[in-house]
Amino acid sequence: MSENGIALRAHELEKRFGGLKAVSNVSLDVRTGEIHAVIGPNGAGKSTLINLLSGDLPVTSGTITLGASDITTLGASRRGLAGVGRSYQKTTIFQTSTVFENVRLSAQARSGHALRMFGNVRDDETVNKRADDALQQTGLTARAQTRANLLSHGEQRQLEIAMVLATDPQLILLDEPLAGMGQSEAKRMINLIKGLKVGRAVLLVEHDMDAVFALADRLTVMADGQVIASGVPDYVRSHPTVRSAYLGHDDPGSLPGSQHGDAA
Amino acid sequence: MDGLTFAVQLLNGVQYGLVLFLVASGLTLVFGILGVINLAHGAFYMLGAYLAYWIAAMTGSFWAALLGSVGISFVLGLALENVFIKRMYGRDHLAQVLLSFGMILVIDEIRQILFGKDVHSVAPPAWLSGSIKLTDVLSYPVYRLALCGFCLVMAIAIFYVIQRTRIGMVIRAGAENREMTRSLGIPFDTVNRFVFASGIALAALGGAVVAPVSTVFPGMGDSMLILSFVVVVLGGIGSVSGAAIGALLIGLTDTFGKVFFPQISSILIYVLMAGILLWRPNGILGKREV
Amino acid sequence: MTSKLQKLFVPLALLFAAIALPLLVPTYYVQLASKMLLMGMLAMALNLVVGFGGLVSMCHAAFFGLAGYVLALTSPEGQAASVWLSLPITMAVCGVAAAIIGGLSLRTKGVYFIMVTLAFGEMLFYLFHDTKIGGGSDGMYIYFKPEVMLGKWQLIDLDKVSTFYFVTLLCVLLTIWLLRTLVNAPFGHALAAARDNERRSISLGFPVFTVRLLAFVISGILAGVAGYFSAAQFGFVAPQLLGWHLSATVLVMVVLGGMRSVTGPLIGAAVIIGLEEVLKSSTEHWKLIYGLIVIFIVFALPGGVQQLSSMIFGRKADAPKPGTDVWKGARSMQEVANV
Repeated sequence: MSENGIALRAHELEKRFGGLKAVSNVSLDVRTGEIHAVIGPNGAGKSTLINLLSGDLPVTSGTITLGASDITTLGASRRGLAGVGRSYQKTTIFQTSTVFENVRLSAQARSGHALRMFGNVRDDETVNKRADDALQQTGLTARAQTRANLLSHGEQRQLEIAMVLATDPQLILLDEPLAGMGQSEAKRMINLIKGLKVGRAVLLVEHDMDAVFALADRLTVMADGQVIASGVPDYVRSHPTVRSAYLGHDDPGSLPGSQHGDAA
Repeated sequence: MDGLTFAVQLLNGVQYGLVLFLVASGLTLVFGILGVINLAHGAFYMLGAYLAYWIAAMTGSFWAALLGSVGISFVLGLALENVFIKRMYGRDHLAQVLLSFGMILVIDEIRQILFGKDVHSVAPPAWLSGSIKLTDVLSYPVYRLALCGFCLVMAIAIFYVIQRTRIGMVIRAGAENREMTRSLGIPFDTVNRFVFASGIALAALGGAVVAPVSTVFPGMGDSMLILSFVVVVLGGIGSVSGAAIGALLIGLTDTFGKVFFPQISSILIYVLMAGILLWRPNGILGKREV
Repeated sequence: MTSKLQKLFVPLALLFAAIALPLLVPTYYVQLASKMLLMGMLAMALNLVVGFGGLVSMCHAAFFGLAGYVLALTSPEGQAASVWLSLPITMAVCGVAAAIIGGLSLRTKGVYFIMVTLAFGEMLFYLFHDTKIGGGSDGMYIYFKPEVMLGKWQLIDLDKVSTFYFVTLLCVLLTIWLLRTLVNAPFGHALAAARDNERRSISLGFPVFTVRLLAFVISGILAGVAGYFSAAQFGFVAPQLLGWHLSATVLVMVVLGGMRSVTGPLIGAAVIIGLEEVLKSSTEHWKLIYGLIVIFIVFALPGGVQQLSSMIFGRKADAPKPGTDVWKGARSMQEVANV
């Protein structure tokens, strides 16, 4: 992948549940070295979109390309192997295992011998090193031997990112990583996410607008399952459809700073 | 086979399916609404049959036997829910499986102590004990027709209660979101107790009404249990309409299977189940996608 | 050095006691010990799927019983079967059965999986009960124990009670070794990961279905080996051996012995069989007491024997970790009391 090459291309994605169109005609690109944020009011289809990209939901129509390969028909685990990493809105980690074991498992998944039936996992130097590196990158080295369910909420979210990093992904999908975080935890997470884009493509779904504008290199706004604007943040901010979708009135100022803003 | 024999077997299949539905609906309710897997469901079917036999033998009345057997089972259900089952909500399935297994052993042995290992039969009420003459050599028992009718009425009653009454709405709401309904002040404990007791009362009812057409024997619970499970798996857990479809499918497959392939008729049911699961892993009417 | 020696002391002592057993107790108890070992092997095999895989399988008795029937059917008329032929065939048959049943059942989740495995187990039950393949509901006799020959020389005489016992002991040791290897390897960790958080495991790229199916098949084969020798010991196979009551009983052994360790179920099996021995000889209605004990275990002792021992000895309960466990379990009620 070249610098600013397109790591992920979603083309005319559509997802229907019976008669309901949750997502329709959604196309977007995520470039390596960039954070592409997706925002929109509740019910806009953001969760569905991220599920379609990660493979947790199959598309009704449209294509998804990762690098040069078409991954549309691949299931979630094959996409994981292909280089798609994802964090979930609801913390999805191995609660009863230690922080280190969580990350080690993640590294094991992409080690090429994920299901080897002999040899103690403790002795796998390569996997262990990858796990250590991921912990270091997310600042969790000191907590390595702590059981995951004893971590604070913010630390658990950090752990989830560490797990994704340990799989050495080309593309990272982040589903509301700041959900439920206090001020200082959020700040730490924002810095962490900023560092993720180096050599990788990042798609970020978030409600926290401060974070979005601090992080996004590119922005896509969704409403009612469709894309209403996509481009660099400044362009999107001044887009009239976006403003009316969020605010219901013309305000030359910025989009609301939090989800408790003056939305109609 | 000629048209008449076919019709007779069809009727047998439907009748079997309807009884199966009665029993399986109890299982799917307990599972769908309470989230508890109850392996002892078959044991209550057997208990219903034995109680019916016992009361009929004592009183000479079929109706007393029916009402008594269902009544006792219902009360027993209330007690069991209060002592054991309510501690199983939210526990893992393995614990529920083991608890119900323990219950089966206890119920089986109690039956053994009270009624022994003997095989019994129950006489249908006099006005239902005749047969309708179809041809010179073929006649169809009136009781079987009455049984079909009865189960059909029960099925409609169950649907009505679940879909149309307030209590049904509360039950369905509880299945969707237990926390929410609890916060609305609905006396959940009572509702759960009622649901569990109804579930096993349905099993007992199945055993009691089927007693006049099949024998009352110790192993009857086991075979009915597995079949009810197959019905629930086919129809989707918690789905009463799914149970209806599954039950008819199984009833017909088993009946015609016994006619055409007597040796492998039982196996045929499982082949059917395997086939359907390959096509729909969550049952015919179960959820499609998570 | 000292702590490693300490860790090995109990298992080695038990191993020594197990080897010395035939010299210490009368033949009847050696036979009982063989039975405990074989059921323990079945329970340990099941635990790979239940404890480490998180899947409640209700059909493992079917593999156990199926193996017995394969032995009976591959025993030529009036002769003993050759172990070199009949055992691999048994393992292959059980492996294929597990692959098919697992392949279908693993498409379902949670409770559906329990019910589907229950139903498939019953299917195999009916296969032998209703058809003439295996003598129907009457079952089949295995008049001659399988023979272990090399040319004209008999390598091992399975007719001798103590020899049979050592063979089963060897099987159990091999099973423990195999299971520990699997559990400590990437495979075992992947299996446990799928149990602990299926969604995350899939997202990471683990082929969850494949891992589980492999575990199921390995487990089925081991159950088959246990069934093979059990049938050889008993000399008789009947459809009841495939019934789900036996599957449920093995689950009780697994829970009682401890699901998080490889050897826990072996203890559970020893306890349950010992209990059955004691109960059966005291009352005709032993099933009632046994049922009450099962109910008691569910409410008071969900953590099994390990919970009991930490209650008695005040040890802290460890975080569940695959691979760390008592190396060997007890062989008899007396040994259990000393653990």
